Amino acid sequence: MIHFAVQNSWLIPLMPAIAFAIIVFFLRRTPQASAFFSISCISVSFLLSLGVVAGVLMDPAAVESSVTWFSMPGLTVEMGTLIDPISGMMVFVVSLIALLVQIYSVGYMENDPGYSIYFAYQSLFAMSMLGLVIANNFVQMFVFWELVGLCSYLLIGFWFYKISAREAAKKAFVTNRVGDYGFLLGILFLQIIFGTLNFTDLAQIIPTYANVGLLTVIALLVFTGPIGKSGQFPLHVWLPDAMEGPTPVSALIHAATMVVAGVYLIARAFFLFAAVPTALQVIAYVGGFTALFAATIAITQNDIKRILAYSTLSQLGYMVMALGVGGLTASMFHLMTHAFFKALLFLGAGSVIHALQGKQDIWEMGGLARKMPITTKTFIIGSLALAGIFPLAGFWSKDEILLAAQSNGFTGLYLIGSLVAFLTAFYMFRLVFVAFYGQAKPNNDPHESPAVMTTPLIILGLLSVVGGLVGMPWLSTNFGSYVYFGEAHHGYSLMIMVTSTVIALMGIYLAYLMYYKKTISASAIANRFKAIYTLLYNKYYIDEIYQWGINHIVDGAGRVAYWIDLHVVDGVVNGLAKGTRQSGTILRYLQTGQTQHYGMVLVAAVVVIILLLGLLDPSLGISAWGGGN
Amino acid sequence: MDFTLLVPEMFVAALACLLLILNLVAPRGERRGLVIFAVLGILAAIAVVAFNFDMFDGFLGRMYLVDAYASFFKILFLIAALLVCLTTMNYYKPLAGEGGEAYTIMLFATLGMMILVSAGELITLYVGLELMTISFYILTANLAGEDARSSEAGLKYLILGAISSAVMLYGFTLLYGVTGTTMIHEIAQFKEASPAFWLGVIFALSGFGFKIAAVPFHMWAPDIYEGAPTPVTIFLAVASKAAGFGVFVRFFLTAFPQHADHWIPVIAIMAAATMILGNLAAIPQQNIKRMLAYSSIAQAGYLLVGLVAASEAGVKSILFYAMIYVFATVGAFAVTIAFNNVSESDDIADYSGLARRSPLLAVTLLVCMLSMAGIPPLAGFAGKFYLFSAVIEQGFLWLAIIGLVMSMLSVYYYLSVVRVMYLGEVTDYSAIKLKGSMKLVLYVCMVLSIILGAYPGPLAELANIAARFMF
Repeated sequence: MIHFAVQNSWLIPLMPAIAFAIIVFFLRRTPQASAFFSISCISVSFLLSLGVVAGVLMDPAAVESSVTWFSMPGLTVEMGTLIDPISGMMVFVVSLIALLVQIYSVGYMENDPGYSIYFAYQSLFAMSMLGLVIANNFVQMFVFWELVGLCSYLLIGFWFYKISAREAAKKAFVTNRVGDYGFLLGILFLQIIFGTLNFTDLAQIIPTYANVGLLTVIALLVFTGPIGKSGQFPLHVWLPDAMEGPTPVSALIHAATMVVAGVYLIARAFFLFAAVPTALQVIAYVGGFTALFAATIAITQNDIKRILAYSTLSQLGYMVMALGVGGLTASMFHLMTHAFFKALLFLGAGSVIHALQGKQDIWEMGGLARKMPITTKTFIIGSLALAGIFPLAGFWSKDEILLAAQSNGFTGLYLIGSLVAFLTAFYMFRLVFVAFYGQAKPNNDPHESPAVMTTPLIILGLLSVVGGLVGMPWLSTNFGSYVYFGEAHHGYSLMIMVTSTVIALMGIYLAYLMYYKKTISASAIANRFKAIYTLLYNKYYIDEIYQWGINHIVDGAGRVAYWIDLHVVDGVVNGLAKGTRQSGTILRYLQTGQTQHYGMVLVAAVVVIILLLGLLDPSLGISAWGGGN
Repeated sequence: MDFTLLVPEMFVAALACLLLILNLVAPRGERRGLVIFAVLGILAAIAVVAFNFDMFDGFLGRMYLVDAYASFFKILFLIAALLVCLTTMNYYKPLAGEGGEAYTIMLFATLGMMILVSAGELITLYVGLELMTISFYILTANLAGEDARSSEAGLKYLILGAISSAVMLYGFTLLYGVTGTTMIHEIAQFKEASPAFWLGVIFALSGFGFKIAAVPFHMWAPDIYEGAPTPVTIFLAVASKAAGFGVFVRFFLTAFPQHADHWIPVIAIMAAATMILGNLAAIPQQNIKRMLAYSSIAQAGYLLVGLVAASEAGVKSILFYAMIYVFATVGAFAVTIAFNNVSESDDIADYSGLARRSPLLAVTLLVCMLSMAGIPPLAGFAGKFYLFSAVIEQGFLWLAIIGLVMSMLSVYYYLSVVRVMYLGEVTDYSAIKLKGSMKLVLYVCMVLSIILGAYPGPLAELANIAARFMF
């Protein structure tokens, strides 16, 4: 079974692909059957991914298999699978979260008119994401990369009758295109220079390549892909808006799986980045900046999903920063634990929104703790895990990141990371105290969600508690023994563990004082630092700046281009088209329908060819018949 | 003499004779149902050819060659014959002899093609050619009743075909006179080229040019394609053309490689003229069969590009393109048959709103035409990609550019049909019902046009094996 799963890992993305096709073509009128079929298929994928994980744990050596997709001189493109500890962990996380989210959706999407097609999209997404993580080359990765982008677009705009959803879907798609364009350029460079896009081959060639300057350009181009997909500054603007989609979608795509594709790409192509220290530094600082930047915005937001969205941005920044400082193990570890608790938090938020008939403002909530015990407990577990409290999952992975930053000499980033840890604890518990323990609102009638929704919460809650233990630095064989770049190393620093926990506790305590005890007035602080508060509340006005740029620069350039198109290009094109059509009409008149004409043309053509050959090629001697010598 | 080499040919001949007899005993009105025998027999023949695909042997020395190159084409003809038989069954206009005879004659034509691509000697070649062509004269005029256009087309084809055959035969005579041999590979040893030799080459060229409907030997094609019963048009456009290419490529690459510098420019000019004229003349057409006829002339131009390359990659690309062209063309013409059955019309304007009346017909026509236009990821794209990259490798960049520009241009007339089908006003809402065999043809053509584009690897590999036998 284990051997079978490792050898046939292509089946993992195939199962949801089948589900997608079957639902779209046959099950659209039967919502229950769609959900059942979709969940069955992803369950099979999950079981196979368990087999893959087991196989990888027994033998961490990479297993690669591929078929040629198409080939021509100088370019061979293959479709294949590469199973190693990194992709093994990813298929496990992706199929697990996808399975839980689909089960949860059975309750959440109940009575939605688009129930069947929702599950079809979910399956399509699972197929694309799983195909992405097992890809053994850049082209395949890019194909699935674009497919997950498409699914994200479809699912953000799932309630397309809402203008805001349509706009958000469009924004996500367009913003991602910016990053994808750079990524594609990077891939083309790699193909041109190295003649292969296979990860294993490139990993051997690149370290021997001498032109570091060019390699840096390529690495930065490839990095623009993750900037877009993983919401790094300055292409982060789409992710908070993506919360217009159904909440399970936010949990699956915009928190736990798709957005980490960028992080995964960097890890997968780490051989490229490791060869160019400059690029790594850029990555580290972009990540660190994003982490801090998004965390500061999160402390002022009021929409429950937006707080979580900015938190996701911040945590993605963490992961990217970890990669930049050379901590591939730490980054992948955090990716995994984050998937557990962030999916938990989003699904918990969905449970709350479901109970309050769509309310998302935390100030309109309150008093949920008593009415929704399971949601509350699991949500608090998720928050503690995110804040990094011992011994929950986030504690282990966050410490790894901080340790990597500190021990590799990035003291500045270490301090930023610690500050982010403080802010994270603060905004999460601000949310918890206001929404769950605040004054109950009279016009709310919350009730606990059905078991189909709470069961995934409980499972994710358990994983958020124990999921980090696989990375305990005291274990002789832990997460880092499998997932690493270069050499595995175990290390820990009690100092960092203690300080980061204290910092997080301080954040929680501050939130407790401000939003539970109310001994410190939040509004007083907001008034005191009104300028900063307004700046943060408005997300640094980045959206407004982009809008201004689009209105003035892009639209202006567009108007100029339109004028040129109208008066120059169209003139030429229309002229050409007219000429083409007319020449076609003239040619038509040559076709008289008279057999004798046709016969004449036939014979004349032979004569013309003889003359042509004779005139062009005197050496053939044909002209001799014409009376020459 | 190893007669087992001729098993596929003997099998097809026997099948044709069997159908002829069955057609006499079958009750009137049921004779088109004989298709089942034809289909099963052809499937068996395909299996026989495919089983011996990768072999190289000659019957009577090198008079009759059985190699992968010939086998590739034989499979192509048989697939085309299979699909055409299925569409004939769905062709509701009256055919002479209740339609049953059509299968017999089609099989004789197929036999002619199979001989043609295996011929290693001029007389054999000519016999195969005439067996094919005479069968087509009959098939073209096969539409019974008052439809005068079918008879007119048959007569025109006979007259023009006879002229071209005469010229070609004259060319063969000259070649024999100069070289003293009719064996194609022995002609190649003849290094000294005299004027008479060149006349022979040009006459032969004109004969092959006529068969593949290349400019300036294309004049017959639009009239005959339009007038012939549509299944015959398909067979003519697909199989007869492929057979012409099969023998053209083998003859020129085997007999005159040492004179390539002289004849390749002539073919390059023909290719360019064919692509330009075929595509330009297709634009103003109002009748879909006529439009497809010109489009099929243009396709011959693309195929000629592969011969201009005169390399292994070039031959491979011809084989690949000829095969995918079968599916695109059969699919497109099959739609016109299905549409004509209910509307009695071939006018493009009448296709208005077809997407509503029959989504399957509309989408098949869309896929097949976009494949012919070479839009990725459809099969035509892969085919044109191989053709143009092969010819660029040999330094004919200008020819590839003409081909690309003309492909772009072809999108215009293909898409104008699509626009009518999908965006045109719906005047008739009645759904078009299709029989199972018709649906089968449509699905096969559409799906293969997509699959062979998305995953061209296996077919390209087969074409590669076959092409290797030319060098």
